[in-house]
Amino acid sequence: MTSFENLFSRYRESLENSPLDLVREWKDRHPDTKLIGCYPVYTPVELIHAAGMLPVGIIGAGNRLEIAHADSRFQSFVCSIVKSTLELGLTERLRFLDGIVFHSICDPARNLGSVFKRNFPDLMVEYIHFPQNMTSPHTVDYLVSEYRRLTASYEQLSGKKVTDGALKQSIALYNEQRRLVRDLYALRREAPQNLSTLECYVLTRIGTLLPPEEHISILQAAIPELRQRHERPKDRIRVVLEGSFCEQPPLELIEGLEAAGCYILDDDFLLGWRWFPKDIPTDGDPLRNLANAYINHSVYSGVKHDSREPKSKHLIDKVKETGASAVLILAAKFCEPALFDYALYKRALEKEGIPHLCLEFEEKMWIFDRARTEVETFVESMLFE
Amino acid sequence: MAQAAEAVKTSYQGQMHLLQKDMMGRYFERVTRAAEQGEGKAVYMLISGNPVELVQAFDLIPVYPEIDALQLAVKKSALPFIQKAEELGYSMDNCAYVKADVGLFLGDRKTPFATIPLPALILCNYVGCNVYLQWFEHLAEYCDGQIYNLDIPFLRDPSGQPSAEDITYVVRQLEEVIEICERISGKKLDYARLKDIVRRSGETGEMWSRIKGLTKNIPSPFDAYFDSVTMMAPLYCLRGTEEGVRFFETALKEMEEKVRMGTGPLPQERFRFIIEGPPPWPYLRTFRDLFSKWGAVAVASTYSTVGGLWEFGFRHDANRPLESIAQHMLQWNVTNRNFLQRYQQIRRYVEEWHADALVIHSVKSCRLFSAGQGDMREYFTKELNVPTLLIESDIEDPRYFSEAQIKNRIDAFFESLEHKKMVHAAAEAGGAV
Repeated sequence: MTSFENLFSRYRESLENSPLDLVREWKDRHPDTKLIGCYPVYTPVELIHAAGMLPVGIIGAGNRLEIAHADSRFQSFVCSIVKSTLELGLTERLRFLDGIVFHSICDPARNLGSVFKRNFPDLMVEYIHFPQNMTSPHTVDYLVSEYRRLTASYEQLSGKKVTDGALKQSIALYNEQRRLVRDLYALRREAPQNLSTLECYVLTRIGTLLPPEEHISILQAAIPELRQRHERPKDRIRVVLEGSFCEQPPLELIEGLEAAGCYILDDDFLLGWRWFPKDIPTDGDPLRNLANAYINHSVYSGVKHDSREPKSKHLIDKVKETGASAVLILAAKFCEPALFDYALYKRALEKEGIPHLCLEFEEKMWIFDRARTEVETFVESMLFE
Repeated sequence: MAQAAEAVKTSYQGQMHLLQKDMMGRYFERVTRAAEQGEGKAVYMLISGNPVELVQAFDLIPVYPEIDALQLAVKKSALPFIQKAEELGYSMDNCAYVKADVGLFLGDRKTPFATIPLPALILCNYVGCNVYLQWFEHLAEYCDGQIYNLDIPFLRDPSGQPSAEDITYVVRQLEEVIEICERISGKKLDYARLKDIVRRSGETGEMWSRIKGLTKNIPSPFDAYFDSVTMMAPLYCLRGTEEGVRFFETALKEMEEKVRMGTGPLPQERFRFIIEGPPPWPYLRTFRDLFSKWGAVAVASTYSTVGGLWEFGFRHDANRPLESIAQHMLQWNVTNRNFLQRYQQIRRYVEEWHADALVIHSVKSCRLFSAGQGDMREYFTKELNVPTLLIESDIEDPRYFSEAQIKNRIDAFFESLEHKKMVHAAAEAGGAV
């Protein structure tokens, strides 16, 4: 095995067993660093980092944790990730955290923040209201004030003042991390036979669990090695995947989708950690730069409602830019943002004559035969048309 | 059990109900004239913390897709619209209010109660509910209409209050909405008129709050869930108008009279409960009768505070019209308050309205209300020792209402509550001897 393959299989196994093991192990080695859990989708991690703490992604529990307590708190029609996150807390699996942050992404996630507050009084539970008015000239000011409030709260927790200088350094660091992840995605888009979606996913996901410096050096070592791969492309259709920006599908499902006959040229997995298509400026007022980047230079998403341009147009553009021939909608079961978006996407894709397949998943799912068969059928219908 | 066996059918018709029917009839005629004769312009808005005062100030017509959807459900005509939306790609698991409305919107927009006009403005007052954003985003895309997302920061500070920055942000946006309304209506804002409207909203809030306080009486003069919903439509569609003020004067007088007479909505009030969650509109009457037969009266409800929460003291202030509209949107409605603030609201109801129990009606469509209600039940039963019943159905989709199942749960709950009361009474009597 090459060093990349070694690395990949080690991290894959760890993520499959329990996505948070990596963090727990890290915390054991660094007991003095405070950890803040970041629920999906997007968190301005720079603010946490600049306060001397480590932001980590709390993005569900995978498919090996039994939900035994949380389902009496959240009903059957609420998505898996809300319940699995609460289950992690109720079973004491989040004890390594000092705080956790939720955001205004959807109704269940908002209530989950309150439920966390009541059930875990020792944990600092923060909540960010991200603005949904993208056209008012006053929105950036509002978001700056929101970030200032958050910063004060994190300063109090860490006991460390967040200086402009520290914040600029954190922005530069996360810029570097996001840039490398973009490189990874570019590599896959150019020659998907050289980097599988699952490999790309694992490499991105560990970035939500490790300090950015560590992740950066892993990517810096991996990318040149990946550039040396020269696999022959298989006879597969090329697709863009959309709808998995919050709850994450099991690794086996991600792998299975590609194995069923497609190359996924782009996706919205772990979207909040890839929120900016270009660097956030490091000169000037760093808080304002962060806020302005959110309003004016962030990716489109089911949890952001930008009336300046229809969401579906962004998806169509992405299909055209990547040269994909179809779209795979992979929405978490009961995820209202993704399921609502689908109605608009379907309409736009049909208008453009772009074929698509819509699948639902749950992070806790174990059986993938049906999804795989559906993708195979879809692929065949396109290949032998 | 013996006393409960007979089903009690509730009589709905008071003066207030008749007046409501009359006024809402005229409102829907106005809506229909806008659609069919182009008379007036419609502004689509959402119920939660609605800023109807602004729309009234320009003589624009407030149209609430939620009210249209609930009317469809009450009139048992929602399902074909829901199914139409599902054929277009909406999921079984999406909010059925949205689906019913989308099904209606993409057709000829004719309903048994009104024809719905196309919007001159889609004003998405994002007050708590995230589905609102999706809903109006979709409508805007379907009609290529003008949309403005009026973003209301959620109450997230431990103080439970909005920050000064939150208030400024909302006021600035209200000013932008005024500019848009000026363009649409072709007239400048008459500030004195806006102040008058806001003053009337203040008066309405005062009367509504007094009406709600009356259910602290034993017996309660009306049902704070099933009768309150009758008063909610005028509260949202006519707030700020003379007609609206007249409606609430009449309602207040009627309810005060009932208190003097010692009468309530049922022949005998045997249980007082608080109810949390929206009603099952397609089966409202059936649902009400399941409680009535036990002599159970709702004395307070969270649902009646979706559009605004007045009973804890908030009043619109004509001297600060925009700030008070902003405060109403930010702080004085249940939907923009965090889930734990809702626990405290219910707790106050239980204590100050002298309730025996809490009933949680969990609806699939509205996750803003329902997601996490199991934790709420845990809090009330384990920490406060309040008997709590959790039942599930839906606000709009008739396919989710299982009468037999709900009836069993309600009967079992009140049976056990009755037993507890008996044991308690016996213990008290024993203690006295």
